[in-house]
Amino acid sequence: MEGLLQQIVNGITLGSIYALMALGYTMVYGIIRLINFAHADIYMIGAYVGYYCMSFFGLGFLPSLIIAMFICTLLGIIIEKIAYRPLRNATRISVLITAIGVSLFLEYGTMFFVTANVRTYPEMTGLLARTIKMGNIVISMQQILLVSITIVLMILLQFIVKTTRIGKAMRAVSMDKDAAELMGINVDSTISFTFGLGSALAGAAGVLVGVYYNSINPLMGMVPGLKAFIAAVFGGIGIIPGAMIGGYFIGAVEVLVAGYGNSMYRDAVVFGILILVLIVKPSGLLGKNTREKV
Amino acid sequence: MKKLIGLGLTYAIVQILIMTNAITGYLQATLVTICINIILAVSLNLITGFTGQFSLGHAGFMSIGAYVCALITMRVPTVYGFILGVLLGALAAALVGCLVGLPTLRLRGDYLAIATLGMSEIIRIIFLNMEITNGAAGLNGIPQFVNWTWLFTFTVGTVLVISNFIKSAHGRACISIREDEIAAEAMGINTIKYKVVSFTIGAFCAGIAGALYASYFYFLKPDLFGFLKSVDVLVIVVLGGLGSISGSILAAILLALISSYLQSFPEIRMILYSLTLIAIMIFRPQGLMGSKEISLSVFSKWASGLKSKRGRV
Amino acid sequence: MSILKVNKITKSFGGLTAVSKASLELEKGELLGLIGPNGAGKTTLFNLLTGIYVPDSGAINLFREGEEVALHGLRPHNICKAGLARTFQNIRLFKDLTVLENVRIAMNKNIKYGFIPSFFHLPSYRWEEKQSIDDSIELLKIFNLDDKKDELAKNLPYGEQRHLEIARALATNPKLLLLDEPAAGMNPAETENLTKIIGEIREEFDLTILLIEHDMSLVMKICERIYVLDHGMVIANGTPEEIRSNKRVIEAYLGEDINDA
Ligand SMILES: Nc1ncnc2c1ncn2[C@@H]1O[C@H](COP(=O)(O)OP(=O)(O)OP(=O)(O)O)[C@@H](O)[C@H]1O
Ligand SMILES: [Mg+2]
Repeated sequence: MEGLLQQIVNGITLGSIYALMALGYTMVYGIIRLINFAHADIYMIGAYVGYYCMSFFGLGFLPSLIIAMFICTLLGIIIEKIAYRPLRNATRISVLITAIGVSLFLEYGTMFFVTANVRTYPEMTGLLARTIKMGNIVISMQQILLVSITIVLMILLQFIVKTTRIGKAMRAVSMDKDAAELMGINVDSTISFTFGLGSALAGAAGVLVGVYYNSINPLMGMVPGLKAFIAAVFGGIGIIPGAMIGGYFIGAVEVLVAGYGNSMYRDAVVFGILILVLIVKPSGLLGKNTREKV
Repeated sequence: MKKLIGLGLTYAIVQILIMTNAITGYLQATLVTICINIILAVSLNLITGFTGQFSLGHAGFMSIGAYVCALITMRVPTVYGFILGVLLGALAAALVGCLVGLPTLRLRGDYLAIATLGMSEIIRIIFLNMEITNGAAGLNGIPQFVNWTWLFTFTVGTVLVISNFIKSAHGRACISIREDEIAAEAMGINTIKYKVVSFTIGAFCAGIAGALYASYFYFLKPDLFGFLKSVDVLVIVVLGGLGSISGSILAAILLALISSYLQSFPEIRMILYSLTLIAIMIFRPQGLMGSKEISLSVFSKWASGLKSKRGRV
Repeated sequence: MSILKVNKITKSFGGLTAVSKASLELEKGELLGLIGPNGAGKTTLFNLLTGIYVPDSGAINLFREGEEVALHGLRPHNICKAGLARTFQNIRLFKDLTVLENVRIAMNKNIKYGFIPSFFHLPSYRWEEKQSIDDSIELLKIFNLDDKKDELAKNLPYGEQRHLEIARALATNPKLLLLDEPAAGMNPAETENLTKIIGEIREEFDLTILLIEHDMSLVMKICERIYVLDHGMVIANGTPEEIRSNKRVIEAYLGEDINDA
C-alpha cells in the first residue's frame, strides 16, 4: 500500500512535467494543426539555460526559472517566425517535416556548442534539499516545488486563456482562422503569442526537470517530448484541460509500469496507449469527433 | 533496352573497380550505404510520396529484416541461409507492416506519422529486451555474404519492382489516394486495401534493406534503428522529391557522398541535414525532382532543346 | 421498374438534422431532378447514397438485374462497384494527374491482373493496360477531351473540369449516375452544351440519372420528375409542372421565384 502511495507521489511529479510540456503541444496544434517537434527541444534549451544561470552565474532557483522561461518564449516566437510562418499555406506534411528539421537543428546545434556530455545541475541547498517522511513514503521538497509551480503555471495559463483579450483571440483563431481574421483579430501575432506561451511552459519544465533529475543532455527532450505529445493526444488535442489530465495519466502509467511491471517496457506501454487511443478515439478523452465536409 | 545496357555497364564497371581494388574499405562501405538507402528511400517513397501516407516508422521495418536475417545466417552460415534470411526477413517485415498497418491506416496525416513512429519505437524496445537479440549489446559476428553482385541485384530488383508497380493500375490506385482519398473511394478504389498494400510492399523492401545491412556490416544493435534512422530516410525522400523514384536515387547518392565527406564532424552533419530539411520545405517543397522522373528520353529532349515532358504515366 | 429505393434515411450532424426521413424512388432510365434551397441537404443525401456518410437510420436499396442490393453500410468503393457513380459539387478531380490518368483510375474495376503481373509487367499487364487506355480515350472523345488527355486536370478550364468529372464517373461503368450541380458556374452556352451531353450519355450508356441543380430552367427542361428537399425533408415530388405550382415548394423558395424558369 505504501509502495503504491510512493509510486503515486512519483507519478504526480513526472506527470507534472508531461502536463507542462503537453500544454505547449496542445495549444500549438489547436491553433495551427502542427505537431511541433521542436517543442521538446525548447524544453531541453530551458534546462540548459537554467543550468548555466545556476552554475555559472550562481543565480537562485526562481530567477533562473524566470530567465529560462523568458529565453524559451523568445526562442519559440523566433522559430515560428522563421520556420513555420512561411509555410502557413503549405501541406501538413511539409510543415511536419520542417518541424522535425527545426528539432534536429536545435538538438545538434546545442550539441555543437555544449558538447554531447551529460551536465549535472548544482546540488540544491537549504530548504530545497530537504525531504519529508510520512511513514515509508518519502516526498522531497523538490517534488513539492515542482508540483506546486506546475499548478501555479496552469492556473495562470487558464487565467490568460479564459479571461484576457489575447486568450480569447487564441480561442477564436483555433476555432476558425479566417473568421477570426474577419473579426479583426491579428492572426499572426496571436499565433506568435501561442508559441511564446507554450515555449515558456516548456522552458519551465526543463528547469524543473534539471532540478529534480539533475542530469541534462542535448537529446534529453526527444522521449519526454513524444510522451508529452501522447499525453496531449490522450486528453484530446487542442484542449487545454485535456493536456493536463493526459500528462498526469501518462506519468502515472509510466511509474506504475516501472514499479510493478517491467521497467524496460515502460516506453513501449506509453506508445501502445497512443496507438490504442488513436484507433479507438482519435479525438481523445475530452475531444469531439469531427468529419471532413464533402 | 538502353536501360539494360546502362545497368549492365554500371554493374560491370563497379565490379571491375572492386576486383582491381580501386574501391576498397571505406569507399565500399559508402557504396553499400548508398544501395541500402536507395532501397529504403524508394520503398518509403511508395508509402509517403506516392500513396501519401506519412510514415515515420521505416527504421522499424528495416530492423525486423535485419534481425531476422542475422539470426538465420548465424545459424545457417551459408549462401542459402543468407538468401533464406533476406527472404524471411523481408516477409517478417511485410507481415508486421501489414498487421500494424491495418488498424492504424484509418489515421491520417500527422496522426499516422506519430502512430508509425510509436510502432517503430515499440519494435525497437522489443528488440532491446529480447534474449535472442542480445538486448542493447546487440548481435556481433553476423556472417558476411553481401557482395557487390547481391547488392546490385537487390537494389535494382526493388527499384524496378516498385517503379513497375507504380505504373500499373494498382499503383495508380495508390496515387489516387494521395490525390484525394474521398474521390478515390467514390471512384471504386478500396483505399484501405491499397494503403495496406503500399505499407506491406514498403515494409517488405525495408526488410530487404535491413537484411543487406546486417549481412554486410555484421553488427546490429537496436539503437541503429531509432527515430533518427527513419528521419534519415525521410530526408532522402523529401530531398529527392515526394513521388519521384529517380529523385530518391539521386538524393540517396548525394547525401551519402556529403555525409561521408562530413564523417568526422557528426554534429555539423546533422546541423546541415536539419537546415537542408527546413530550407527545402520553405523554398522547394517539391524536392530536387518534384514528382518528375529522369529518363534517357528526357535527356535527349533536353539536348534537342524541346520542352521536357512529364515522365510519370 | 424501380432501380433505387431510399426508405426514410436520416442523418444528423450534432444538433443539425441535415437529412430527415427522406424517401425517394428512382425508375430505371429516368432523369430525376433534386432541388431545394441552399443547405436543404441535397449534397448530404448524395453523400449518404454513395456511402461517404453512413445514415443514422433508414435503408437504401439498389435493384439490378432483378436482384436487390442493400447499399446502406457499404463502403463507398463497394457502392461504386454496385453501380452508383457521382460527381462532386466542389470539383474533386485528381488535380495533379493528367486527364487520362483521372479516367483510368476510375476504370480500375475492370482491371483483372493481380500484383505479380504489375511488379514484372507481364503480358496480362500489357494487354489490359492498352485496353484501359483505349477505353479511356474513347470515353474522353464524348467530352471532346481526348486531345487534352495529357494535360493536368488542374490546368483545365472550369467547364472542362466539370466535364472531366462526369467522364470519370462514367468510367466506373455505372447504372445510376448522380450529378451534383454540374452546371454550376457555367455560362448559358456551356450549360446548353452540357444539357446535350447529358442527353447523349443517358442514351448511350443506358443510364438512370439523379441531378442536383440550382439552374431551374435546366431542371424544368430536362427532368421528367423532380424531388424537392427542404430542411432535410422531401416536401414534394412530381412532374415539373406539378412542382412549379406546388404551394409548399413556392414557400420553401420564398424569395426565389421558380416561375421565372
Ligand atoms: N460534415 C458535415 N458536418 C456538419 N454539418 C454538415 C456537414 N455536411 C453538411 N452539413 C450541414 O448540413 C446541411 C445541409 O448541407 P448540404 O450540403 O447537404 O446542403 P445542399 O442542399 O447541398 O446545399 P447547397 O445547395 O448549398 O449545395 C447544411 O446546414 C450543412 O452545413
Ligand atoms: Mg450541395
